[in-house]
This record gives sequence, C-alpha cells and structure tokens, in this order.
Amino acid sequence: MADTKAKPGMLLDIRNLRIEATVYPPGEQPKTITLVHDVSLTLEKGKVLGLIGESGAGKSTIGLSSMGYGRGGVRITGGEVILNGRDILKGGKEGFRRLRGREVCYVAQSAAAAFNPAHRLMDQVVEAALLHGTATRAEAEKRAVALFKKLSLPNPETIGERFPHQVSGGQLQRVMTAMALCSEPDLIVFDEPTTALDVTTQIDVLAAIKDAIRDTHVAALYITHDLAVVAQVSDEIMVLRHGRLVEWGGTRQIIKEPRQEYTNALVSVHEIAHQEQTPGTTPVLSVKNVTAAYGRSHIKVLKNVSVDIFPGQTLAVVGESGSGKSTLARAITGLLPPEQGSVVFDGRTLGNKLVDRPKEDLRQLQMIYQMADVAMNPRQTVGTIIGRPLEFYFGIRGSERDRRVAELLDKIEMGKGFVDRYPAELSGGQKQRVCIARSLAAKPKLIICDEVTSALDPLVAHGILELLLGLQKEEGVAYLFITHDLATVKSIADSIAVMYRGEVVRYGAKSKVLAPPFDAYTDLLLSSVPEMEIGWLEKAIAGRRMASAGN
Amino acid sequence: MLNIARIPLPALIGIVLTSLFVLAAIFAPWIAPHGNAEIVSDVPWEPMSSAHWLGTDNLGRDLLSRMIYGARITLFIAVLATALSFSLGAILGFSAAVFGGWYDTILSRLIDLLMSIPTLIMALVVLSVLPSNVVTLILVMGVLDSTRVYRLSRAVAVDINVMDYVEAAKLRGEGSAWIIFREILPNALSPLVSELGLRFIYAVLFLSTLSFLGLGVQPPDADWGGMVKENKDGIVFGIAAALIPAAAIAALAISVNLVADWVLNRTASLKGGRG
Repeated sequence: MADTKAKPGMLLDIRNLRIEATVYPPGEQPKTITLVHDVSLTLEKGKVLGLIGESGAGKSTIGLSSMGYGRGGVRITGGEVILNGRDILKGGKEGFRRLRGREVCYVAQSAAAAFNPAHRLMDQVVEAALLHGTATRAEAEKRAVALFKKLSLPNPETIGERFPHQVSGGQLQRVMTAMALCSEPDLIVFDEPTTALDVTTQIDVLAAIKDAIRDTHVAALYITHDLAVVAQVSDEIMVLRHGRLVEWGGTRQIIKEPRQEYTNALVSVHEIAHQEQTPGTTPVLSVKNVTAAYGRSHIKVLKNVSVDIFPGQTLAVVGESGSGKSTLARAITGLLPPEQGSVVFDGRTLGNKLVDRPKEDLRQLQMIYQMADVAMNPRQTVGTIIGRPLEFYFGIRGSERDRRVAELLDKIEMGKGFVDRYPAELSGGQKQRVCIARSLAAKPKLIICDEVTSALDPLVAHGILELLLGLQKEEGVAYLFITHDLATVKSIADSIAVMYRGEVVRYGAKSKVLAPPFDAYTDLLLSSVPEMEIGWLEKAIAGRRMASAGN
Repeated sequence: MLNIARIPLPALIGIVLTSLFVLAAIFAPWIAPHGNAEIVSDVPWEPMSSAHWLGTDNLGRDLLSRMIYGARITLFIAVLATALSFSLGAILGFSAAVFGGWYDTILSRLIDLLMSIPTLIMALVVLSVLPSNVVTLILVMGVLDSTRVYRLSRAVAVDINVMDYVEAAKLRGEGSAWIIFREILPNALSPLVSELGLRFIYAVLFLSTLSFLGLGVQPPDADWGGMVKENKDGIVFGIAAALIPAAAIAALAISVNLVADWVLNRTASLKGGRG
C-alpha cells in the first residue's frame, strides 16, 4: 500500500479489517469462519463513534481490534489498524504492550467482573499510568481524585481506598471510566458500559461519561446494542450485522433518516399491541401483607406487600435493583419464608416453606429465570430438561413422553433437531425458550418470570415476549413478570406494581399506573428510560424531581 | 461413538499400559510361569536369564511370577479401597452440601477429627488391633481416604448447590436423591475424576507403605510395595530386584493418570464430548 500515512487529524483509521476464528461444530471437521468482513472506519480526535448491532455482529471484536486484541482465540487476519499514524498490527507484542493502557484504554461491560476484588480501587485506577511511567504515583492519584469528582462519585477523596465490593455497580462502572481516563489515553473503547445497570443508574453513568469525554477531549468507540443510549453520547453511528457494515453516518441521520432496511428495523419502536384485560373477580394468587427479611436481619427486604394476580393475566413488578422484586418471587415460591403475611393461591393458603407444600402446589406455580444458561443443568439434554416435569408430575414416560416433548418444542417454535442438544449448543434466545417449555410442561396456573428478557438482544427479547403472550392466550396461564424495563411492561402487562425499597409504591391497572399524576419514584423511573432523541439525556437530567438511589 | 483415531497419543499409551496391568492381574494364574510362592532357585537374587526373565528374589522365587501375582493383589486392594473412599466420601460430601445445617456441621467436624490424626498412625493402630486380612485392609484404607474425598466433593457441591438449575429442581419438588445424583454429580465429575486418578495412586502407595511396615499384605502373598521391602537388602549388593516393583508402581501411576486426564478432558466438555 502506498498510502499508509493517515489523514491529518485522524486518530484511528481501520482499513479492510478482517477477523477470523476457528470453530468446532458438532460432528464436523473444525473450520475457519470469518467474524468481521473487511470493515473500515475512521475516527477523529475527540469524537465519539457508536458501534451498534445485535449479539454476534462483531461490535466488540472490532472495538478490541483498535488495541490489537483478539478475544478468545480470535485472529486479526487482514487489514490495517492505523493509530496515531502507524499500523499497530505490525508493532508485535512489545508494540501492543506500549500501546495498551497508554494510548488506548478499555471499559468493560461488567465492572464487577473486571476489577480484581483483592486490590483497592485506587491501586487499580493508577496502575496503567504507573506502569507506563507517564506519571508519578502522587500525580496519578491526584488525577484520579479529580476524575472521581468529575464523574460525581461520592467521597472522591477517599473512595479509592475501598475495595470493589464496597461500592455499588453504577459507581464501579464510573470508577472504571476513571481508570481508563487516568492514563490520559487518546482513545477509549467503551464496551456496553451501561447495559448491566438499572435505568435510573444508567442515566447518571451516561451523563458522567459524556461530560468526561467532552472535558478531556478523548476519542471513544462506544459499543452497545441500545440505539437510544448511543444516540445520547456519540457523534457518528456505525450499524453492524453479521460482521459487515450496514450503515455509517451522523447520529441524526441514522436515527432520523436511516437509509438501510435493517437500521430502520432497529430504529423503529417495537411495540407489542396488547389489550389490557380487566381484572377478574377471584385472583389466582393473592399476596397478603407479606413482610420478609434474609436471615435474622432486622432489615426488612419486603415491607407489607400486597398484590393480586388474576387468572390468565399478567402482573408486572417494576423497580430497580434492590427494590425487592426478586425477593417477592422468592417469598411466593417458598424459597424465603415470609415473617408475616400469607400467600393465597387458588383459594388455599400456601405453606410458608417449600417443604410444607404438596407436589400439586409446586406444579401449578412455575418459575423462569433471568439467566437461562445457569437455569438449566449443562449436563442434561433439552429432551431431559423438558421431559423431567412430565415424568415427575404426571408420570409420563417412554414414547408418550417423547411425543409430548416434541409437542412442547413445537409450541416454543423450535424444531425437532433440538431434543438431543445440550444447553451449551443453543443460542441465548433458544435457551430461554427451552426454560419456557420446561415450565409449561408442568401445566401451571401461574409462571413467575424473573427478568426473563434482560439478558437478551432487543429483537430476540421481542420474540420471547410475543411467545409468552401467545402462550398466555392458548393456555390461560397467569404471569408474574419481574422486570426493570418499562418498555417490556408496556408491552405485556395488565396490571403493574412499582416497588421501591421493599414497598409497593404504586399498584393498579396498567393504564392507571402509567397515567399522570405520578409519584416521585414512578416519575423518575419513567423519565429514565432512554428515548431515541438527541438531547434527551440533558433534558431528562434537568427535569428530575428526585435523585436515583445511587446504585 | 468412540473413534480410536481421535484418542490422543498420551491417552493411548495410558490405556495400553493400564490394560496390560489389568489383564496381568486378572489372568495371573495362567500367565505366570511359576507359582507365587514356588522356590525355583537355591541362590537368592539370581540375575536375569532366559529361564527367569526378571531374575529371582531374595528367597529364590521367580520375580516375574511374583510381579504378576503382585499386580493382582495391588490392583484388587487399591481399586476396592478407592471405590469405597469415593462412594463414601462423595455421597457424604454431596449430602452435607445439600442438607447443610446441623448435618453438615456434625459430619464436617467428625471428618476434621479423623483427619487431624495422621493417616499412617491411625492405620497402624487400627490394623494392629483388627484381624489382619484383605477386607480389613480395604476398609481401613477406604475410610481413611474418604475424608479427603469428602472435603473435595463437599466444596464442589456447595458451589453447584446454589446454581439456578438446582434451585429450579428444588422448586419442582425433587427429592435429595435426584438433586445429588442427577443435578450435582454430573457437574462435579470433572474435579472428582482428576482426584480419582491421584487417589488411586495414593492407595497403591499407601498399601506399599503398610506392607513395607509389615501390616499390609501378609507373606507369602505380596503387593509391589511389599516386594520392594523383601528385596531392599539386595540394593546394597548392587542387585536391582527391588527396583523392578518400584518401577511397576511408577508405570502404573503414570498410565492411570494419563487415562484420567483424557477422561477429564472428555467429561469437561459441555457439548456431550461432541465439540
């Protein structure tokens, strides 16, 4: 190539990037697949480029290539990555070592998993700067404290002395941003930094990141699957699919006038038309004044909670982390016996403890978990997983069982070839579908869905929600739907309970709960849901009536 | 299912050697050229010859025949003792993790108590009191070794017991047996298998130690460890007879662990070994 010199002002110039990996498909010879097909991009100093796409689109892979890193056996096999006027792929190991943590820094999705739990925050924040010799310890710590202040962390002078488990998830994510900024890099790669956070926390972290980028003039690659989030922080957006570029343009152009069909599908709001049902006369499940605490603690995680669920309807329980949503589910299922109050199911009071409940009660009350991959035994095949409730509750065995399993697989829109597969051989959406089939196999009256779509891509989550609604119509099963995502709630709920610090602060039919006048917390929750509109972030922050719990 | 061409070379070596030992053990009376206690030479420690491939031992018995019979005794006792220690240790460990509470506390403290006494001294005391036969030997070795297996399996099972799929099984109303054998055991297999290879070899060595001290297998029968003891005096005179059973123990240790490593690789796969 004649033209290896980058254009002036251009910080990062990726040309025809090609990334490959070797896969080992079952029953076949190992083969090489291409993850990223000849993608090119450029990034000016001080600008933010958003990379967006669903899982497997190659966003993170491209993002990490800017620091010459291939995750999990992934190889960069073609193209050039020109950073600050030189091709970093030609620098070798030594070159990477000088580059990483100095010119390019990385902010991971799960800060909780990325920090070393055995070291204090400050030691980890200043580590890169010290290693590269760009600052003395005193200078680096001064810079870190200034960054903590800028990112509006509480007690910026002393927070560095804490260990990672002593700060909340949102704070940890901000500390990680401070860590990336501390060595004053030219480029930061943000890999889904707010995806794991509550909406009310996400808004604070987003604002902090945006301010920090503006004040330090650092350039950034912002990776996410949430278009509304990326619209708030980036100057340009690049849409990726299956490792190929779909569309690249200014933020306004992408969200207002998308030119490609796929971008349009991402941009258009996915609403499921769901007619709200009027509550019946006798609830299938009635939680009466339940108070619960973990261990013998005097801190009550649930305080006097009362809700009703009617047959064939959906009650959504909304709230941020730590509001007691999942604890409510545990109290209902008997995993955490309530201290006071009772749970009435189908006219009879359920035993407080799991062991006190007859098999029939257990059958009629099923549960689906947030993380489908740990909710299924990795050593059991799909057939065993779905077939077990049939054997266990109804004593169905042999060919009759196989027939019923096939029927259930059909119901969750998965074909015949899946019976002998192990969970590790399924995609995220398929795993969640198998979990749905497992709970359906018991023919329950009520299914508790604990954040079942939170770990999934928007389009996949959409499919799961439609499936759940369809099954509700067919089987007449009621759902207790725990979520922090208000868009989900709007799609499927008949009634809503908003929880805050262990109490139900707002409860009623969907139309009533989502109509003004709002109480302060519901208002905060509703206003924190990112909207696909430039300048929404500033407006939302200015218009808030109460600060979030600071998670 | 099992494609021989896909078995890695170290595993193949391990399988071949281990099966040789096992075959020798099973068919000892037919393979061995002489009887176990048959004295074939007037001179002790006759050198290797075409008549006696490995020479003779301290009493003039054919060493090759003794080695083959020794394999039988060594493997028989070590296999049964390991099987006992694993079934006992794993079941108690898993149940302690699943039931928790008092059951776990009492069991764990009892195991601690047992472990606080040095294994060898404990075994020597018990074996000198009880009648000296193979059954007692297996029981003592199995029970003493099960404390280690208990520790490991309890630690592994405690981690698995809090997984969502175990919670899902409990919510379904499954009994303890299903949870222990169907939910926890398959997922705890990898660390257990790797421990199995190691523990089996410890059992062989422990048996050797006991025989060496005269409390293991009683003469004229001998396991390999006992044979090292019988022939150890020859080393002073430059006679290698003691090294042959020692080398056999080493070869067995290595080959069993090669197999264990391979099994471990296969069981660690979450895709049914298809990946």
